[in-house]
This record gives sequence, structure tokens and C-alpha cells, in this order.
Amino acid sequence: MNYVKDLETKANYSMTKKIISDALSAPEIDRESRTTVGKITSDDPRVVCKNVNVYYGENRAINDLSLEIGNHEVISFIGPSGCGKSTFLRTLNRMNDTIVSCRVSGEIKIDGKNIYDRDLDVVPLRAMVGMVFQKPNPFPKSIYDNVAYGPRIHGLAADKRELDAIVEESLKKAGLWDEVKDRLNDLGTGLSGGQQQRLCIARTIAVNPEIILMDEPCSALDPIATAKIEQLIAELSERFTIVIVTHSMQQAARVSQRTAYFHIGHLIEVGRTNDIFTNPKHPLTEDYITGRFG
Amino acid sequence: MSPSILLIILLGLSYLGFRLGKNRALASVGGKIKDLHSLPSFYGFYTSLWSIIPALLVTMIWLSLETSWLANAVIAGLPEAMQSLPESRLYLILNDIRNVVNGMTYSDRIDPLIADAAKRYSQLQSLSHIVLSLVAIGLSIAGISFSLFRINKSHRARNTVETAVTVMMVICSTLAIFTTLGIVFSVLFESVRFFKVIPITEFLFGLEWSPQTAMRSDQVGSSGAFGAVPLLTGTLLVSLIAMMVAVPVGLMSAIYLSEFASPRFRAMAKPTLEILAGIPTVVYGFFAALTVAPFIRDTGASLGLTVSSESALAAGLVMGVMIIPFVSSLSDDVMNAVPQALRDGAYALGATQAETIRQVVFPAALPGIVGSILLAVSRAIGETMIVVMAAGLAANLTFNPLEAVTTVTVQIVTLLVGDQEFDSPKTLAAFALGLVLFVATLLLNVLALHVVRKYREQYE
Ligand SMILES: Nc1ncnc2c1ncn2[C@@H]1O[C@H](COP(=O)(O)OP(=O)(O)O)[C@@H](O)[C@H]1O
Ligand SMILES: Nc1ncnc2c1ncn2[C@@H]1O[C@H](COP(=O)(O)OP(=O)(O)O)[C@@H](O)[C@H]1O
Ligand SMILES: [Mg+2]
Repeated sequence: MNYVKDLETKANYSMTKKIISDALSAPEIDRESRTTVGKITSDDPRVVCKNVNVYYGENRAINDLSLEIGNHEVISFIGPSGCGKSTFLRTLNRMNDTIVSCRVSGEIKIDGKNIYDRDLDVVPLRAMVGMVFQKPNPFPKSIYDNVAYGPRIHGLAADKRELDAIVEESLKKAGLWDEVKDRLNDLGTGLSGGQQQRLCIARTIAVNPEIILMDEPCSALDPIATAKIEQLIAELSERFTIVIVTHSMQQAARVSQRTAYFHIGHLIEVGRTNDIFTNPKHPLTEDYITGRFG
Repeated sequence: MSPSILLIILLGLSYLGFRLGKNRALASVGGKIKDLHSLPSFYGFYTSLWSIIPALLVTMIWLSLETSWLANAVIAGLPEAMQSLPESRLYLILNDIRNVVNGMTYSDRIDPLIADAAKRYSQLQSLSHIVLSLVAIGLSIAGISFSLFRINKSHRARNTVETAVTVMMVICSTLAIFTTLGIVFSVLFESVRFFKVIPITEFLFGLEWSPQTAMRSDQVGSSGAFGAVPLLTGTLLVSLIAMMVAVPVGLMSAIYLSEFASPRFRAMAKPTLEILAGIPTVVYGFFAALTVAPFIRDTGASLGLTVSSESALAAGLVMGVMIIPFVSSLSDDVMNAVPQALRDGAYALGATQAETIRQVVFPAALPGIVGSILLAVSRAIGETMIVVMAAGLAANLTFNPLEAVTTVTVQIVTLLVGDQEFDSPKTLAAFALGLVLFVATLLLNVLALHVVRKYREQYE
């Protein structure tokens, strides 16, 4: 009972905060303020983060971050290097577990379930929340085996025919099928960078995730491969919830409906992508958008 | 002047050359290093190379020719009657002369003829050494002058020195190849001599090994039995038992160390495990013979099995323990070298740690793991001491690990220990066994290379 009350007070508190910040409406925000500006809530929330802190040993990499991510929404995280975008992204499917010194406090709920619960199994969580990394990391196996890996370990295909179908469908969705259909047995590591990244996306969607986390997926790619992946994100967004970290503001503008700006461990501002880019409210966001960030 | 003093003088000259060359280069630009083509020390090395290499080459060639030249000169001075002696007798006389020269005779009575010849020998030798020293020192000084003459600010000393170093590296690497070839050929020739006495088919397919009967060539029925099959099966059996211990234990500990253990534990456990490989094999030998073998025998007896007090099992088990670190340490290194990005890729798909290790880390590390196992196998096949002490000498043709067996290496040792004629089949058999061992390890290597190439999953 107390717990519920506590939540209510917290919700009220953040609501009040939002109302006040809306009323004050913008440019007067103090440059030193680290309170998140903008609408952190979503009308149809899928992921709900409350007061998340992430520590590496003694260092706090994320400070008191609260954010909701909506269903079937594409949200991009922008901000200078080292501000904690990857760190926060990795908390969403508990990839931080592999880093010994990393500790997470606060609450992250996906579909109402706290993913940091003691008795939560990370295997189904990670199958539901897939991840694409900055550097393409295909397994040193054939293209086919790369895509079939996830379905195999989760037993998604009853026989070879079903597996073939999953592989084909995933590669098609990732826009790679036409380029590799004649050489499925070649090594995945032998593809070009852009193809490898699309292979990694195919591998991720082959396990039918509902949320896909992408950490600078295009930073190592040329504009053509980037355009292909952006188009892919647009198509995928009809069925998946996508969180993408990017250094390219154009990319954020092209692919996402919402944008979150991070600054040295703090979530500074969240809002509709259009608003963030045309009318940033926090001075730090404005500096970054206009390229004044040093 | 003896060659060793000459060598010291040459080294001194080359050091002098180094200083002179460096100073000369510096002087040529008035101390402004930036204007030189190469760094000053390269001019120093350039000069010292010129001072020592030609002189050393001449010294080496001279010394290698000197012996036969001296021998011919001394023999020419001997009386006619002696000169016409057969080659082998002449060789003995020459040996006597050399012994006198080197002061290695302890008998009071020295044949005056020999003493005379020895005196001439040493006179000629010291003359030759004086001439050699003059030539070598002269060459060295000439080399220094030549390079000092050539040094100026645009001279490319670095390129010359680097070429010289490359040539030296090539020589060193071919040295290893030639040594291997030399060993192979010497073993091969002796084996061919053996196969002239014992047909190769009998050696390779014969089921009985008892070389003892051939010990005395004048004995009736001295032929002996040289069938190597019992030795091969013995080697195979002991190595197999050893690998059955070392591979699972080694791989498991490698997986634990690289994937599960904390860095602190790993830093402690790894060197500790590696100590196992550093224990002298004799110590393992006692341990096998005094502790493990009796334990196996008693356990076997209590289970109603007859176990001989020396058994393949005891030797194999202890040998397996010895080679655990070969497998664990190397496999741990290669698994650690698998990029974290690959593991992350698997984890992000919802793979468990076990699945990630089995299906991603392990295949990526496979070439290295096979390499480590191979190293362990060759160690097992080549191991001798533990087998001598724990598995015995009896050449039983058996696959029962509870019986005594013997191995190829053990037999090589027993064949060559003690006095015997060098060309008896018994001695030559050791070379044939060595050849078999060599061919077996070679085949194993080729096989492993093939396996690695076929199943390799290359990252990056
Ligand atoms: N494995 C790690 N161990 C310790 N500190 C880390 C680790 N990964 C990131 N950090 C620190 O956390 C902060 C945020 O890093 P990161 O999330 O990678 O930033 P971004 O992705 O925004 O560039 C940085 O200061 C970085 O030094
Ligand atoms: N180290 C290499 N070995 C063999 N082929 C290479 C190597 N580096 C590049 N290439 C080939 O040369 C071509 C040009 O490569 P590169 O100059 O790297 O292109 P860019 O920098 O424009 O992407 C490519 O077809 C590539 O496959
Ligand atoms: Mg990052």
C-alpha cells in the first residue's frame, strides 16, 4: 500500500514539475539546470524508466533519469560522446550485466514488469529487446547461420523448412536478401560493412523482438548503406519499438518521432523531434543543435 | 696469437669503428644531426659492420681449412713407410699427434717420431695463426678506412645496416630449417641401414619386440625380433589415457578461467597451473611409480581385477596431469582473445552464457585450441621418464590399460643405454623408431592443420 502511495506522490511530483516547466516555457531555463525539460511521458508507454542511476564502480554515468518510451515509436538519443547514451541504452536489455563494475539503481519497467527484478530471467528479456551495435559484429559463421542462430537457440523453428523461411524473411526485412541469396553459405564476416550491419539487423529481427536498441548503427557506414538502414528503420517502426543512438542530427530528424538530448550523465531535454530541432528549450540543447557545443 | 684473442681484438676494433664512424658522420655536418641522412649511430654500426664481418668470414674459412691443411703438411713430413699406411691407421696417428699438441697424453713414453711431428704441427699452427691474425686485423682496419672514406652527410647508412640485419635474420631462420633437415636426414640414413638388415615390413607390422636377443652378434640365433607394433600400441595407449585426462580437464579449466573467473582469481590460478608443466618429469615418474601405480593396483585388487604393479593407466594418468597446463593455458589465451563484441552479439540475441561459449567463443577459438591440444599430444608421445618408471619395459601387445606396456621413446632409451656395436641392428633400431616417431608427429600436424583450416571461424 505504501509503495503504491509512494508511486502516486512521485507521479504527482513529476506531473507538477512538468506543468511548471511548461508554464515557464523555455528560454528562461538556467544553463546549469539538469532537470529534464519536455514531455518525458508517453500516451502508450512500453518502457517506463524511473529515477535510473547507473554507476561504473564509483563513477555515476547516468543521473536520476526518468523517461517513457511509447509503443511502436522511434526515439533517438543524441548528445556529445561520453554523455551516457550507450550506457543508458544497454540498461534497457541488461547488457550492462556483462560489465562487472556496472550497477543500476531505480526502476525500468517493460510492459509493467521491472526488468531489474531479482527473479527476472535475462534470456527472454534479451530475446524481446534486441540490440544492434555500433560496430557490425557478425559471428564468424555463414550468413545463413548468423541469421539462424537466434531462432535455433530459442527453438523458433520446428524444422529446416521453417528455419529457411525465417532466415529468408529476416534477410528480406533487412533489405539484404537480394544481395546474398546466392551465397548464404559464405562467411558473414566477408560482407562489406554496410551489409554486415544489415546482417546484424536481420539476425536481431529473426528472433522476433518487440523492441530494438540500436547504438550508432550507421557510424561506420557510407551514406548509401546509411540510407538503406534508415529506410529499414522506417519500415521496422511499423512493427517494432526502436531506440536509436545517433551522432547525426539529420538522421535523428529523418527517422525518429521523438528525440532525447543527453549531457554528461543527465537527460536534458525530451520532445518531439521537430520541436527539439526547431525550438530547443534548454540552452545546452540549443548549443548542441546549433553546433556551439565545444 | 690464438683465435680467441684475435676475436677479442676484432670486437675491440669494431667498437672503435663504431665510435669513429659516428664521430666522422657528426663531423661531416658540424654536429647538426638533422642534416644527416641517417641517425649518427647508424653510421657507427655501418663502420663496425664493415670492420668485423669480412674479418670474421675470413677467420672462419681460414680456421675450417686449417685443420686439413696442417694434417697434410704434417703427414708429408712423416717417413715414407708411415705415409703409405691405410687411411684409418693414419687417422689414428694424426689423432695421437693432436693429443700431444693439446697436452692430452698422460703416458711417459711418447714415440719420438710422434713427438717430432707434434712439434712441427704446433709450429705450423702458430705460424698459421699469426698470418691469420695479420690478415684479419688488416681486413678490419681496411674495412674501417673504407667506410670512413664513404661516410658523408648524404650516405644512406641506415639502409645498409637494415639490409645487413635482414640478412642476419634470414640466416637465423634458415639455420633452424637446416638443423631440422640435418636431424631428419641423419635419422633417415641410419634407418635405411637398419631396414637393410630388418625388412621394413617386418619392422612396421611385426607383432613381437625383443631386441635383447640380438645383443651379441656372435651368438647363435642373434636375430632378435623387431616388430614395432607393440611399441606403437603402447605409445598410443598411454598417450590416449593422458589425453583423456588432459583435454577435458584442461579445456574446462580454460573455459572457467577465461569466461567465469574474476580477473584476480585468473591472475593467481594461471601461473599456479603452469607450475605443473615445470615440474621435472622424473618427479612425476616417482609419483606415478610410488603413489599412483600402487593405488591403482590395490583398488583394482579390491575390485577383483588383476592389475600389474606397473600399468599403462598409472603412467597415462600422471602424464595427463602433467600436460593439463599445455591445454589450459593456451586455450585460455585464445578464448580470451575472442573479441567481446562477438559475445555481446550472442548475449543480445538472448543466448545464455553456456550457449555463447559453446557456439560462439569456442568455434572462434578453435584453431588455437586444436593447436594447444596438438602440443599436448606431441608432449605425450615424446614423454619418456614417466613411462619408464610407471609403465615398465615389457613390450606387451595389449589395449588393456591395467597391464604393463612400453613406448617408442622408452625403447629408444633402452636400446642406446649401455655398450654395443654402433652398427648392430639393435642400435640402428633406435633410429628407425625415431623416424617412426617423427613421421607420426608430422602426420598429426598435417591432420591438425587440415582440421583447423576446415573448421576455422575467423573473426576480424
Ligand atoms: N565499461 C565501462 N567501464 C567504466 N566506465 C565506462 C564503461 N563504459 C562507459 N563508461 C563511462 O561511462 C560514461 C558514458 O559512456 P557511454 O555510455 O559509452 O557514452 P556515449 O555512448 O554517450 O558516448 C563515460 O564517461 C565512460 O567513460
Ligand atoms: N588490404 C587489402 N587487400 C586486398 N584488397 C584490398 C585491400 N584494401 C582494399 N582492397 C580492395 O581495394 C578496393 C578499394 O579499397 P579502398 O581503397 O579501401 O576503398 P575505399 O577507401 O574507397 O572504401 C576494394 O575493392 C577493396 O576490396
Ligand atoms: Mg556510445
